[in-house]
Amino acid sequence: MSTAPDLVIDVTGVTKKFGDKTVVNAIDLQVRRGEIYGFLGPNGSGKTTFIRMLCGLLTPDAGAGTCLGLDVRTQQAAIKLQVGYMTQRFSYYEDLTIRENLDFVARIYGVPGRRAAVERSLERLGLQHRSHQLAGQLSGGWKQRLALAACLIHQPRLLLLDEPTAGVDPKARRDFWEEIHRLAADGLTVLITTHYMDEAERCHRLAYLAYGNLLARGTVADVVAAARLNTWVATGPGLRALADALRGRPGVEQVVPFGNSLHVSGRDAALLDRAVAERRAPEHEWRRIEAGLEHVFISLMESAEDNFT
Amino acid sequence: MKRFTFHRLWAMVLKEFIQMRRDRVTFGMMVGIPLMQLMLFGFAINSDPRHLPTAIRSADQGPFSRTLVAALRHSDYFQIVAEAETEAEAARLLQFGEVQFVINIPEDFTRRILRGERPAVLIEADATDPAATGPALAAMRAIADSVLDRDLTGPLAPLRARGGAIELRLHAHYNPENITQYNVVPGLMGVVLTMTMVIITGLAITRERERGTMENLLATPVRPFEVMVGKILPFILVGYIQVTLILLAARFIFGVPMVGSLLLLYPVALLFIAANLAVGITFSTLAQNQLQAVQMAFFFFLPSLLLSGFMFPFRGMPEWAQWIGSGLPLTHFLRIVRGILLKGNGLGEIWPELWPIALFLVVAMTVAVKRYRQTLD
Repeated sequence: MSTAPDLVIDVTGVTKKFGDKTVVNAIDLQVRRGEIYGFLGPNGSGKTTFIRMLCGLLTPDAGAGTCLGLDVRTQQAAIKLQVGYMTQRFSYYEDLTIRENLDFVARIYGVPGRRAAVERSLERLGLQHRSHQLAGQLSGGWKQRLALAACLIHQPRLLLLDEPTAGVDPKARRDFWEEIHRLAADGLTVLITTHYMDEAERCHRLAYLAYGNLLARGTVADVVAAARLNTWVATGPGLRALADALRGRPGVEQVVPFGNSLHVSGRDAALLDRAVAERRAPEHEWRRIEAGLEHVFISLMESAEDNFT
Repeated sequence: MKRFTFHRLWAMVLKEFIQMRRDRVTFGMMVGIPLMQLMLFGFAINSDPRHLPTAIRSADQGPFSRTLVAALRHSDYFQIVAEAETEAEAARLLQFGEVQFVINIPEDFTRRILRGERPAVLIEADATDPAATGPALAAMRAIADSVLDRDLTGPLAPLRARGGAIELRLHAHYNPENITQYNVVPGLMGVVLTMTMVIITGLAITRERERGTMENLLATPVRPFEVMVGKILPFILVGYIQVTLILLAARFIFGVPMVGSLLLLYPVALLFIAANLAVGITFSTLAQNQLQAVQMAFFFFLPSLLLSGFMFPFRGMPEWAQWIGSGLPLTHFLRIVRGILLKGNGLGEIWPELWPIALFLVVAMTVAVKRYRQTLD
C-alpha cells in the first residue's frame, strides 16, 4: 500500500457487515488534501457506516488503508485526535450553553490556549452574542453552526460531515457551504454526505453509493459523462398519460415529472429516440437536454436495485 | 367527532402492548420484581431471629451450669459459638460483632442455687440492633426456668418459687435503652447512599446514548476510564453532602450517640459511595435506555434494603439469604456505620467489613470499563 503524501484518505476494500447484511461492500476511496469530497446515495446506502469506520467508531470487517497517514484499523485513537466528526443528529449537550459545549470539547482534545480558542471559534462562526444560550434552545441552523464550530475547535486536518445540512434553511445552507469552501481553501480536507443535488455540485469530487457499493465517482462532469445518459424534456398538457405510455418502452429507463415538464432518460440514445418519436404529439413540445446529476443518480440507483437486491 | 370511540381506545391499547413486548427488560422486571419480593419477604425475612451467635463465659463447673449451657446449646435462639475464658475476650467478641450475646455464669452458680440465693446470670447483649435482641432475651428466661425447674425436684422444689431459681440481668451494650433510632438512623445513611448513588449514575451513560451525545463522545479521544471516573467524581461530592446531612440529623435531631471517630467514618464512606456509583455505571452500560437503568437500580436496591440487616435482623435470615446479603456492600457498610457510631469501633474492628466493599468496588468497576464499548460495533 503506497500512500502519496497528499492523500488524506486512502483506503481499499473497506467492508462492514451487520449480521449477514453487507452494509459497506469493498469500497476504495482516495481523497486529496484540501478537497471537498461529496458522498451521495439513498438512505441506508452505507454512507454513515463508512464515515464511522474512517473515524474509528466502527471497525471494518475487511479492507485496509490510511486516514491522515494512520492505519484505520490499528491507529484509531491517533486518528480521532486529528479528525472533526459532525454527526447526523445533533450530538452536543442540549443542557449546556454554546460556550460550555465548546469549552468541554476543547478540554477533551486538550486544545492549547483553550480560552482563546473558544473565543476565536465563537467569533468565527458569529456565535459570540449567543454564547450563553443553551444549545437545546437553538434552531436547526444555529445548532448546525455550533456543531461545526465544536468539531473544528481542535483544528482537525480532516472534517467528516454526515448530512450536516439536513433540516437547515437555504440561506443557512449557503452560508455553511461558503464556510466549508473557506476551510478547504486553508488546506482542510472535507468528506461530506448529502442528499441535495445542489450541494453535490459544490463538491470538488464526489462518489455515489447504493446498497453499500460505490457506483460512480469523479468530478460532477466525470460522473455525468460516465453515465452516458440521454434525456428528453416534454412540456404541454396530459403529461401524466404520456408518462404512463412511455414507461416500460424499450430504451426508456427513467420517466420523471419535474414540475410542469416530463424528463425521459435512457442510456441507449437510438432506442430512446425511437420511443420518444413514437409518442410525439403536436400538443407536446420536445427538446433534448444534457442529463443532470439527479438523472444520473436516479439511473444509478435504479440499476443498483436490479443488481444488488 | 364522537367523544369516545372504541377503535381509538383499542388502537392505543394495541400499541402499548406491542411496545411492552418489544422492551424485554421492562417486561422481565414486571415479572422479576414480584417474584423477587415474594422470595425475599416469604422466605428470607424473619422478624423473630434465631440461632444468634452467643459466647458463654462460665465460672462454675457445677451440674446446674452444665445443664443451663446444654439447654442453651439445644435452643433455637442461641448458637453457642465461643467459650470465653476472660472478660476481655468476651468484650472483644462483642466489639467485633462476632457474637450478639455473652452469657456470664458466675462462680458458685450451682451452690448458690442450692442455697436459694438466686444467683444472677449476666447477659451482655450487642443492642445496636434492638430487634435482634428482644425476643432472644425472653427466650432465655423461658429456657432458664424450664430447665432448672426440671432439676429442682423433691426437696429442692421450693427453690422454684419466687419467680425462678436464678436472676437474669441484662446489660445492653452500645444502646442501653434499646432506642430503635440509634439503629435505624446510622443505617439510613447507607440506604440513602445506595438508593441515590446507583440511580444517579445508572442514568449517566444511558442518557448519553439516548440523547445521541454518545456517538460524539466516542469520536473524541476520551478513554473509557476517563468517562467512568469523570462521571463518578462529581457524585462522590453529592454522596458526602448526604453523609453530612444524615450525621447532623442523627446528632441534633435524633440524639444518636457518636462514640467512634468521624475521621474514620468519612474516608470509609468514600469506598462505599464509590462502590454504589460503580454499580450504577455498570447498570448504565448494560441498559438500553434510562428506564431500564432505573429498573435495574431497583433490582439492586430491593435486596440491599431487605437482606442487609437494615429492616430486619441479618442473623434472623436463612443461610442462603445471608450469603446474598454478604455480597451486598450495604450489609457491610451498615455494620461499619453502627460499629463506628455506636460501638466506637476503630479500623481494626471494621476491617473485616471493609475489604468486601473494596472487592465489590473493584469488580463493579472492572465490569463497567469492560462493558463500556469504545466503538459502536
